[in-house]
Amino acid sequence: MSGVLEAGLRRTEAGFNAAFGPQWNPLYQLGALSFFFFWIVTVTGVYLFVFFDTSITGAHASVERITHVQWYAGGIMRSLHRYASGAMVITTTAHLLREWVLGRYRNVRWFSWVSGVPLLWLLFAAGIGGYWLVWDELAQYIAVATSEWLGWLPLFGDALARNFLSNESLSDRLFSLLVFLHIAIPLFLLLGMFIHIKRIKLARSTPARGLMVGTLTALVVLSLAYPAVSLPPADLAFTVAQVRLDWLYLNVYPLLDSRGPGFVWGLLGSVTAILIALPWLGPRRARTVGAPAVVNPANCNGCSWCFKDCPYEAITMIPHSYKAGLRQAVVDPDLCTACGICEGSCPSATPFRNVEELVSGIEMPDFPLDRLRTDTQTALAGVTTPVTIVFGCDEALQARAVEGEGVRFLSLPCIGMLPPSFADWVARREEVSGVMITGCQPADCFYRKGSEWTQQRFAGERMPHLRTLAGKSKVRVQWAGPHEADSLRAALNDRELDTSKEVS
Amino acid sequence: MSAKQLSIARVVGQCFAYATFIVAIGGLASGPTYQHLGEGQATIKLSIRHAGQLIGDCRDRTAEELGVLAENMRAPQVCPRERSPLRLELLLNGESVFAETLPPRGLHKDGRASTYRRLSVPAGPMTVAVKLKDDVRVEGYQFERTADVDLLPAQVLVIEFDAEAGQFEISTGDRPQGRAG
Repeated sequence: MSGVLEAGLRRTEAGFNAAFGPQWNPLYQLGALSFFFFWIVTVTGVYLFVFFDTSITGAHASVERITHVQWYAGGIMRSLHRYASGAMVITTTAHLLREWVLGRYRNVRWFSWVSGVPLLWLLFAAGIGGYWLVWDELAQYIAVATSEWLGWLPLFGDALARNFLSNESLSDRLFSLLVFLHIAIPLFLLLGMFIHIKRIKLARSTPARGLMVGTLTALVVLSLAYPAVSLPPADLAFTVAQVRLDWLYLNVYPLLDSRGPGFVWGLLGSVTAILIALPWLGPRRARTVGAPAVVNPANCNGCSWCFKDCPYEAITMIPHSYKAGLRQAVVDPDLCTACGICEGSCPSATPFRNVEELVSGIEMPDFPLDRLRTDTQTALAGVTTPVTIVFGCDEALQARAVEGEGVRFLSLPCIGMLPPSFADWVARREEVSGVMITGCQPADCFYRKGSEWTQQRFAGERMPHLRTLAGKSKVRVQWAGPHEADSLRAALNDRELDTSKEVS
Repeated sequence: MSAKQLSIARVVGQCFAYATFIVAIGGLASGPTYQHLGEGQATIKLSIRHAGQLIGDCRDRTAEELGVLAENMRAPQVCPRERSPLRLELLLNGESVFAETLPPRGLHKDGRASTYRRLSVPAGPMTVAVKLKDDVRVEGYQFERTADVDLLPAQVLVIEFDAEAGQFEISTGDRPQGRAG
């Protein structure tokens, strides 16, 4: 089941890559898009608040004025406020589902996963509260239903529902409270969003500029073509018999009528509990985390490149244990995902070193540099005509997708584990006609920054750089997700393979 | 596929994705319609918040009881704090549609009892009777009220108990339907 879902998702992503390109692919930036929509809702909300009358008798009329009298500004702002809120529900839900399908919620990722669950409650509370303020028939329906729903809880009792018995029982004080809540809850949501990404180094909270422009344009087009309008003013003397619901925010309300508030509380409580417990529930698929990185003080010169590159803030720098004036890296095993990006960043992780035992300053016990060297030598054993070596990662393409005549594939936990000097060492070998570096799309690296850092290292923009005497044209980087083997094959075919030489 | 064709295909693909996105948002933001109340139905909202009578009278403390108390605690009488639960019943055209005993709140059961119910009923003329018993020491209901009402579809009939006045109020919106003790 999970494999089918993942395959479906990857195919969809490949389709979006074809249309948007990996840098603009919205599926790679669902969290960042949610942030973007939050800011649209905030800015438009501040504008609307300026013209909004916070009273029972004035609220509906003021919203009507905003919508119709200044349709060119307030009307669009109102529509953007509403539609960006709806868009946020879509991207947030898709974000959650995607991370679940890809298994990105276990181990050190538990914090981001669990801290995201209350955000769903806050998001829906903020959105539902906003509907009350218009005080039209939809607001009346929501107000009565919500007060009865909350009233099921002993904390609230029936006092809240009693506010909506009749038009006379309403008070401006209650309405002021609702306005206050509609400001306070989004502030808590923002705080929660900050906490959600707090433990993620260099978290992406801003989507690609082109995607922002495209999305905002689309929402403006929707606002002009189909502006958000109010229903007739609320009148508690009559029940709202039929209502056009916002199914993005109000999808549980029909359940209140059919199954009752107790059932809905039970359902939502159960879903919440399951979501929170998910990182610790049985393994959905075999994805073992290797042993955490180990620092070898003798080979660590305190350059701090691994500290800068670790996407999970698992590395800190402390005074060196015995080299005066230097520092050394320390790994927090609880935060380490064993991606090996630190190994790829270590300047001592070079196969050119003339040492008896090849040990780098920081490396993975399950996948040390020495093993990578041995694996490479094994892959090249018996080669008579030069081959292309493809270094990939376990999370993107599988070897069988590209391996064949003249191509050898070596897979690492993350491509960020590959030190550029290692690619140089391989490229210089006479059995090798070229080196291809591949892995997850940089915007969607399983270990967040492996592909991006690798790209920068090989482009000379990030330490350690690729310095090669074999000629940089012999080393090529081509990203390809799990269902983008064609692009890698095309890149391999594009290469001018030097197969004329015999390997001595 | 040439670079130009590829570029056009990408623009078309993006436009399609954005269009799908906004159609989904716009479509789900205000539809489909949900039928909350059935055709020809009206609503009755029954609400009460009232403290029942004390379950017993005050009594004088005996000399023995007073003797074991500290001097500053020797109140001559001891009074029960617990209040009677409320027995509330609603009848439509003589048929009981709601009957419940509402316990007083609080650890010592000395608070007010309350309830709120929303009932869907067929619209049209009907006789509404509501009864309340708030004293366990007295037989029968202490408060009753009957009113003939004619409810329009979706109209709300509010039945409240005015604890200060000690009587039920039955009203539809701004139009009171009469009073009775």
